[in-house]
Amino acid sequence: MDFGTFLWTSLAAFLTLGTFSFLYKDNPFYKIAEHLVTGVATGYFLIILWHNGLVPNLFQRLEDGNWYLLWLDSSRPLYLIPAILGVMMWTRFSKTWSWVSRWPMALYIGISAGVAVPVEMSARVNKQLYATMVAIDWNNFFGHGGFNLLDTTSGLSQVLIFVGAMSALIYFFFSKAHTGVFGGVATFGIWVLMIGFGASFGFTVMARISLFINRLQFIDDNWVQNAFNTVREPNPNWSGWFQAVFWVIMVLFIGYAVKEFVDYRKRVRSQTA
Amino acid sequence: MKRQIPLMLVLVFGMFLIFQYFIPHETSEKAYEFLLDWITIIGIFAMALAIWSLFRVTVAKVRTRKENWGYSIFTLVGLFSMMIFGWTAPNGEGWGWYFIFVLSVLMAIGMLVQTMSVKSGRGLWAGLMFVFLIIAVLIGIFDNAWSFHFMSAEPLENPMFRSFFDFVLMPILATTFSLLAFFIASAAYRAFRARNLLATLLLVSALIVMLRFNPYLTPIFGDYMARTSNWLMNVPNLAAQRAIVMGVGLGIVATALKVILGIERGYMGKG
Repeated sequence: MDFGTFLWTSLAAFLTLGTFSFLYKDNPFYKIAEHLVTGVATGYFLIILWHNGLVPNLFQRLEDGNWYLLWLDSSRPLYLIPAILGVMMWTRFSKTWSWVSRWPMALYIGISAGVAVPVEMSARVNKQLYATMVAIDWNNFFGHGGFNLLDTTSGLSQVLIFVGAMSALIYFFFSKAHTGVFGGVATFGIWVLMIGFGASFGFTVMARISLFINRLQFIDDNWVQNAFNTVREPNPNWSGWFQAVFWVIMVLFIGYAVKEFVDYRKRVRSQTA
Repeated sequence: MKRQIPLMLVLVFGMFLIFQYFIPHETSEKAYEFLLDWITIIGIFAMALAIWSLFRVTVAKVRTRKENWGYSIFTLVGLFSMMIFGWTAPNGEGWGWYFIFVLSVLMAIGMLVQTMSVKSGRGLWAGLMFVFLIIAVLIGIFDNAWSFHFMSAEPLENPMFRSFFDFVLMPILATTFSLLAFFIASAAYRAFRARNLLATLLLVSALIVMLRFNPYLTPIFGDYMARTSNWLMNVPNLAAQRAIVMGVGLGIVATALKVILGIERGYMGKG
């Protein structure tokens, strides 16, 4: 690792530690990271949308025309319409002309809603129903190769998925009172939902923990070990500057911690006095 | 005209796209793709609105010297740096005057904000802005080590653009998400007390999934913990998720129909 790359890694480590410092409280390091990411993320997505969205969808389609004729001589001049509509969106900030932005907004909403009706019905409702109502595997009802209740592809699991999904849907049906058989099915539905929520929650927690471990590994493997050259294959480019950068960042955080501790002591003393 | 035309547009385009789905013809497919391109383009123009909004809010914070206004400078630097790196790229190995150019543009923007912020001595800041702007323009014209690329995707390979993504954006986003591990744990402590059957079901299934990879439990439970966790994820969880997805799907369809038929008009705002 050369010194330039180490400086970038140190910046990443500084921002990582700064973000983690929010666990203590909102502080200057966290604020720096928070404000920086707002600008960088906005700029990043603007550039990605420009190069991957606007250029291929608009500019490359109009490029056989002449810009001084507003590309009206292009082979696909109709693509000027969304561009004009897009510009009309910018009237949003004018009090007098903001109504103009409703036209492109209406077009956007209309097209999106029109696309959503059949597509969502197909993908989220019909296909989910097809996958839920499969033919029951009677030959392996209690599991493949004998009695195995934890077999997720057994006939019993297929029945449980169908009954569970239908019961959960019935739980969300509030046009009929949840009493009698209907109420019993709805109660089973909420059990299924609770088990599902628990499993999803546990899965999410584990994903976050993995991410947390990954950040700690980054700090240790990529930053601390490179700063002190304790990596498996010693870095030939290593110099004392690596450690110096490390200590500058650490002094910033330790200095802030000491300042906070002194402030805390002062507060406690003033309260007791 | 202010309200009727938008309602008509939503109705006409919405109904057209619903019926278009059931017409398996080349022209129908082309119309579908054409209109999808339209909303992509309109959406990107709307993104400019969002960026302008961010710029306005950030500059207003600096101008009025609101509390913590100094941090807004990081937002502006991050935003404009990414924009410069995303539209420029080095032509070879060397960088030439590239970084002086970037610094000049950022300084010019800083001076512009300062000109808007101060009540007296605007001339000085405006003058400095023009100096930095002229430096940037001269470097842009005469430096051949790098060039602007508005129509090709070369800047996406710009080492500075990639470094900002790898060493600024990704670490902060990944760390922010990993922070949720702590907040989610404190939320779980409050939500997971086994006060009744439903809370107990939630607690037990979450614990089984969380303890799945715990190496200390493997000698006691063997692979049962992993298999039970797998079953929980693929049977009850799948059933619950399917019910939710179907509910969400029906909700989206109902809302879309309300919008198309003009019952839901929130998108038009007031006036």
